[in-house]
Amino acid sequence: MFIDIFMIVPSSTILSTIVWVILLMIALYISRNSVHNSVLSFSEAVHNYFRLSARSVKLLRTILIVRNREVLLAQGRETSERIIEREFERIDETVNKDLSSYPALHRHLNEEITIIDESFKKSTVVPPAPPEWVSAVETIAKIPTSKGDSTVGNILQTIHKSLEKSCTSALVEYRKSSREHNRLLQKIMPQWRNVAKNLQQVDKSINSLLARSVTIDRLINDYENILKGSDKALRTLSSSSMTQFFIATFVLIIAAGGGFINFQLIARPMSEMVGGSNILMGFKTSNIAALVIILVEISLGLFLMESLRITRLFPIIGALNDNLRIKMAWITFAFLFLLASVEAGLAYMREILMQDSQATLALLSDTGGVEVVENSALWITTASQMGLGFILPFALTFVAIPLEAFIHSIRTIIGIFAVSLLRILEWLLRLIGNIFRSFGKIFVHLYDLLIFLPLSIEKLIVTRISPDKSTASVTTKTTKVNKSAPSSNVTKKVISKPSTSKSKVGTKT
Amino acid sequence: MKSLNKIYLLLVIAMFFLYSCSRESAENIPSTRGVYMLLDTSGTYTQELKQAQKVINYILSQLDSEESFAVARVDTGSFSEKDIVAKVTFQDRPSMANRQKREFLEKINVFLTEVKSSPYTDITGGILQAIEFLNEAGAGHNTILIFSDLKEDLKKGYKRDIPLQVNGYSVVALNVTKLRSDNIDPKKYLNRLESWQLKVESGGGKWSVINDMSKLENILQRH
Repeated sequence: MFIDIFMIVPSSTILSTIVWVILLMIALYISRNSVHNSVLSFSEAVHNYFRLSARSVKLLRTILIVRNREVLLAQGRETSERIIEREFERIDETVNKDLSSYPALHRHLNEEITIIDESFKKSTVVPPAPPEWVSAVETIAKIPTSKGDSTVGNILQTIHKSLEKSCTSALVEYRKSSREHNRLLQKIMPQWRNVAKNLQQVDKSINSLLARSVTIDRLINDYENILKGSDKALRTLSSSSMTQFFIATFVLIIAAGGGFINFQLIARPMSEMVGGSNILMGFKTSNIAALVIILVEISLGLFLMESLRITRLFPIIGALNDNLRIKMAWITFAFLFLLASVEAGLAYMREILMQDSQATLALLSDTGGVEVVENSALWITTASQMGLGFILPFALTFVAIPLEAFIHSIRTIIGIFAVSLLRILEWLLRLIGNIFRSFGKIFVHLYDLLIFLPLSIEKLIVTRISPDKSTASVTTKTTKVNKSAPSSNVTKKVISKPSTSKSKVGTKT
Repeated sequence: MKSLNKIYLLLVIAMFFLYSCSRESAENIPSTRGVYMLLDTSGTYTQELKQAQKVINYILSQLDSEESFAVARVDTGSFSEKDIVAKVTFQDRPSMANRQKREFLEKINVFLTEVKSSPYTDITGGILQAIEFLNEAGAGHNTILIFSDLKEDLKKGYKRDIPLQVNGYSVVALNVTKLRSDNIDPKKYLNRLESWQLKVESGGGKWSVINDMSKLENILQRH
């Protein structure tokens, strides 16, 4: 059938092919403008659709970036507030602890200083006054004497002796007094030491306050940066968030390991309590029970940490008054203690069950029931298991801290990840849109390549009819048209054929 | 408050996961196993029963809570509860299951010391009894072990030409010894195995033979 239609010139395939090619070329040539327009319109429409989609994605990405920024700043603000609050609490503690006793200290210092002052006054050394009759001696000494008169000499000799005697007694008295003064000064020493010690304590407290004030200054500075939403603060917070995320993940993995060991410790004995083969939701009931116990312990740990205000996952608990909060902490601790004790018991039971199983397996083995050798060090394993069973619930309590960090940091991480994904999506949409537009242009060129013969003829005719015009128009328009549409459009413009592409070219020119 | 919402979200995801797991498992058959072992006590085969104890021990060591196990003798008329030597469905508590295993083993030991050979061999009757027992046990994976040379020798008047309904069952022939006549004409042995295989497979069961008692690992495969 196809052959019959194809063989236009019977007995010559070549001629038939040539005829078909010519017919096809004519058909393509006639429908050229419509095809060009359709293809270009379609590719442009698809390109616009993808461009618009990319723009929407970009908008979404911008919104997400803003949201991430807000989340990051809010988290940073909250964290900074907590740290500053804690620093102020510490200052408050220092002030209450050290400086509340300041009036007493002041009074004590005053008393000490009064004692010192009094003692000092008592210890003042008063030099002995010279005898009043010394001036009389000077007068006698000025009396003119004749040779051989020994009266004055005798008087002076007597005075000298009296003076020496007086001086000696004064010196003795002075030494006695000095000794007494020194004793009094020695008595002041403990008071001095007390004063020095108290002042040292005050100095230490003041220095501590000064150091804290420096830290607070720095924190307030950071806080201000966060409030301003500066890029530096954002970078710091983002980096901190990433670090927190990785550290929290690492610690949570370790905690999961601990949880797994805990699970292994209690899963087997739980089968003795709730049955070893019951299936609930596709899992062994005993396993689910063991898992629930561990999850309850973790939950209690969360509440305990929350009650102690170490974490802030539940604002309701944080907002409770202190009495109620402390009561809650004690109650949670009591439950946790009970569960830890239960776990220790289960760990002991596990050991008993294992021994029982081993005995049965030995009985069923090929040896036909050789007695299990009693291991004297078996109590160590039992004790270790019990110890682990008791300690692990308390250790799992601390999961609350990395969990909080993880929950807080994952918001940022997801945000960053989503932004990256949207960026890739935007790029892909733009790429696909551009590919469609390029394919449209390539198709138009390929189409013209198929009908190169009629196009060449057309060009030849146009050149012959108006060579100057066509050359001029071709030289001026070719470069521009080549960029967007086939060269033949130019020719068509010259011969003034009505067509869409022609008008398009005309507009461009 | 936002953190609380996230925890709720995580819980919802966990619940959804568990729910999907439960849906998946609900469509599956139970994972429990039921095993019925037939011990041929006819003729000289009683001498092979010591080998059977190894198999019983192995099966006992493999079975868990809520799984069923029965050992029955094959004699003149085996389609009877009286031929069941010991049967047990292990309790839920592992310690109780261990105790049951020990008691079961004691019964088997007593049986093996007191067993007397029977003049006839009614394997088909034994299998019918096994099907009945295992259907009642309601295990997810049923296995019938035939510890015999598979040479059926029915007493006159006993009719056993009924098809075996062993759809989904695994029938394992253990320690199928060669008879003197098999040595003369091995084709007899092969024909015997083939006829049993045909009988089991036409009933929808899975047939296998294990003659090496050191390779018992594949006996209780879940199918």
